[in-house]
Amino acid sequence: MSKGKFGYYNPQKPQENRITDVGPVHYMQLLPPSLRKNYGQWVSHRVIEPGILMHVAESGDKVYSVRCGGARIMSAEHIREICDIADKFANGYVRWTTRNNVEFIVDSEQKAKDLKKELDNRKFVAGSHKFPVGGTGNCITNIVHTQGWIHCHTPATDASGPVKVVMDELFDYFKSMTLPAKLRISLACCLNMCGAVHCSDIAMLGYHRKPPAEDHEVLGKVCEIPLVVAACPLYAIKPITLEDGRKSVTVNKEKCMYCGNCYTMCMALPLADKEGDGVAILAGGKISNRINPPKFSKVIVPWLPNNMPRWPEVVSTIKKIVEVYAKEANKYERLGDWAERIGWERFFEKVGLEFSWHLLDDYRLAYDTFRTSTQFKYTDHAWAVSKAAGVI
Amino acid sequence: MGIPGQEKLWDKEEKGHRTYNDVRIFTDDQLNNYTEEELKNFKNKHDIPMLEELEKGPWPSFVSDLKREALHRRKLGKDNLMIEQDVAEDLLGLMELSYKEGETHWKHGGIVGVLGYGGGVIGRYCDQQQKFPAIAHFHTVRVAQPGGKFYTTDYLRTFCDIAEYRGSGITNLHGSTGDMVILGTFTDQLEPIFFDLTHDLGVDLGGSGSNLRTPSDCIGPARCEFACYDTLDMCYNLTMTYQDELHRPAFPYKFKFKFDGCPNGCVASIARSDMAFIGTWKDDIRINQDAVQEYVANKIPRDGGGMSGKDWGKFDIQAEVIDLCPTKCMNWDGKKLTINNAECNRCMHCINTMPEALRIGKDTGVSILLGAKAPILEGAQMSVLTIPFAYAKNPYDNIKNGVISKIFDWWIEEGKNRERLGELIQRMGLKTLIEVLGIPAMPQMVKEPRSNPYVFFKEEEVPGGWTRDINDYRSRHPR
Repeated sequence: MSKGKFGYYNPQKPQENRITDVGPVHYMQLLPPSLRKNYGQWVSHRVIEPGILMHVAESGDKVYSVRCGGARIMSAEHIREICDIADKFANGYVRWTTRNNVEFIVDSEQKAKDLKKELDNRKFVAGSHKFPVGGTGNCITNIVHTQGWIHCHTPATDASGPVKVVMDELFDYFKSMTLPAKLRISLACCLNMCGAVHCSDIAMLGYHRKPPAEDHEVLGKVCEIPLVVAACPLYAIKPITLEDGRKSVTVNKEKCMYCGNCYTMCMALPLADKEGDGVAILAGGKISNRINPPKFSKVIVPWLPNNMPRWPEVVSTIKKIVEVYAKEANKYERLGDWAERIGWERFFEKVGLEFSWHLLDDYRLAYDTFRTSTQFKYTDHAWAVSKAAGVI
Repeated sequence: MGIPGQEKLWDKEEKGHRTYNDVRIFTDDQLNNYTEEELKNFKNKHDIPMLEELEKGPWPSFVSDLKREALHRRKLGKDNLMIEQDVAEDLLGLMELSYKEGETHWKHGGIVGVLGYGGGVIGRYCDQQQKFPAIAHFHTVRVAQPGGKFYTTDYLRTFCDIAEYRGSGITNLHGSTGDMVILGTFTDQLEPIFFDLTHDLGVDLGGSGSNLRTPSDCIGPARCEFACYDTLDMCYNLTMTYQDELHRPAFPYKFKFKFDGCPNGCVASIARSDMAFIGTWKDDIRINQDAVQEYVANKIPRDGGGMSGKDWGKFDIQAEVIDLCPTKCMNWDGKKLTINNAECNRCMHCINTMPEALRIGKDTGVSILLGAKAPILEGAQMSVLTIPFAYAKNPYDNIKNGVISKIFDWWIEEGKNRERLGELIQRMGLKTLIEVLGIPAMPQMVKEPRSNPYVFFKEEEVPGGWTRDINDYRSRHPR
């Protein structure tokens, strides 16, 4: 029991009793006994109903996992409530999935159903669910995301807020299994993508639109100028000497793509700006090798405003895409597979999105994304080109 | 295996295991210190009308959760907390300000940490410290997560006490890379937190900065029939082997290992790790013909029941499995399913669709793929298939010696500051990579052969080398 300001730590003797390099706690001691017994001996699984999985082992044992969603930001109080539930239903064992869902593993279908009811009934005082059960099979499961304004210095949007409002709108898809295939949504609040959203069916990406502001007063003192210059992928930063002789850098605004890599190296080049910042939407990526290889997500909306607190433009855009996909795609078809089958021109037509010049790649290897064939479909976008060219 | 003699510290199935009560900080009275009524009437120290809009709707509200933590801390009082009791209230206030202004209020970095480590703690300071003094410092502590993210409640409750007593009581479960994250504490609490973590929980910090980041795995053999190798064991083993690389930054930039048990890729290793280990097999898919018949007869739901929310019609094995097979290596004659396994590329579609009839092979191992990263700087990259098959068995010396140490040596030697492995591969070429690894080229490394003919031949490949005699040339070709 460690109490007081320093607990076990003695600032006078910092090396005393110091333990290092012990790594994580070994997983085997935290596995429920039913999983230890059947470790590596699993035969098959079945989703019994949304949110309840059954796994069958060689031994004939069946284990039932009940999955529920949650915000990735969790208070100690919330985790303790999860522990209370795990103690009551699952012998004090619980786990998290790779997409921020919580799973309780029980030994009978009846217990799983009772637990599901209990979880679905628990709500915050303001009314939202604490532990909505779902996230299995062909659903929209929990959104993986980054920190945003709650903890990060580089975001172009918030993370927890947009995730909350998008999941509010797509809640029924979390709790059901009605989609043609899995649909994975993710959010990264800047290009650094600590959430790695670049292979998601739908991704929200915080995006700055203004070059960094140059804080000449401190730049030369607090930043390593050669590192700042080298950090720019577009060679837009050059060192300068100010009139008073101090060193700084200047950013060529024409060349800047607002990636923020310079800001990562130097606090004197901030990018955040209320008018400049917003959310890009990407779609059509995936991780799985199923049927066809993993794919990158493609930018389909270059920018939507940060319209706090509920980002209505972002929510309605994503909802529209999901609804059209749910209606039109063939079974087993991921969103990107569907878009490729019908053609991206048809995709833009069906989901009613503008195809503006921003969506024509002009970064490295852009030519690889250009269509070099006569295979296309006629949509209003095509007729607009022929008309504008004056050739029809 | 962790702290010697403490390998089963938290094992509830072992006699004498550690319990929450052995190391708890708060009493039951302190933990149950507010009523539902008080929570309903709770008013945050700063007004947060915009954030309160995020308490509406069905999805779990982080604002409601933070308010609960705020009330709990207020009732605990400052004497029972080692950082300010108002942390959650000030955090909500600061977020509200960001919601009004559309800009973050967290300052850039700050070098803090624990003695002897160069990672695991991310320094964070607020730029509105007078208005929100309780979060003037708001450092993150990354804590190594256990394999498969399995926990006992004793373990979690102890974690919660430490996070709340010495930090904000706000966490991420989990961070993007996989760590348990204690969000927000002051500098003077970093060493005490580290001592509590190592002494009470028996756990270490995770990675940050230019070092090995905390490796992460899928659930693997703990509860999945698709696991082609022991993702949890391999993740743990490599994490322990490379503790020095994890805690003491000596790399050009971050480096991530991720362990996916099969090509479905639940931990996204192919998109998110510099070195991805993805389970695969090299013998035949196991077929249970009786179960195939049951799928055809609609007695077992397709896709493990995961599509049962909508009526997709009667199961059509020809259209849904045979015709969707990317290599067309399957056949169904109405009675028997056959697979030409030599032509199978192990995409998992047939197995995912009929998990009770088809199983992965028995001769299993890993494919190793290198170089994935997010867009900064050269654009997003997925990892490149480099080693088609390796056996993955403890202690994994074949992989450590044959691949990992060679890659680390090359990247540390050649990598520029902040250059990920994938960017080094792009800059120096796959050609250099295979020389480093001492492996031949194979068509499996590419989607298709190069379409440009600009081959840089090696001098020794060309008879006579590159030293030219112009006079010899002119003896045949007068000017």
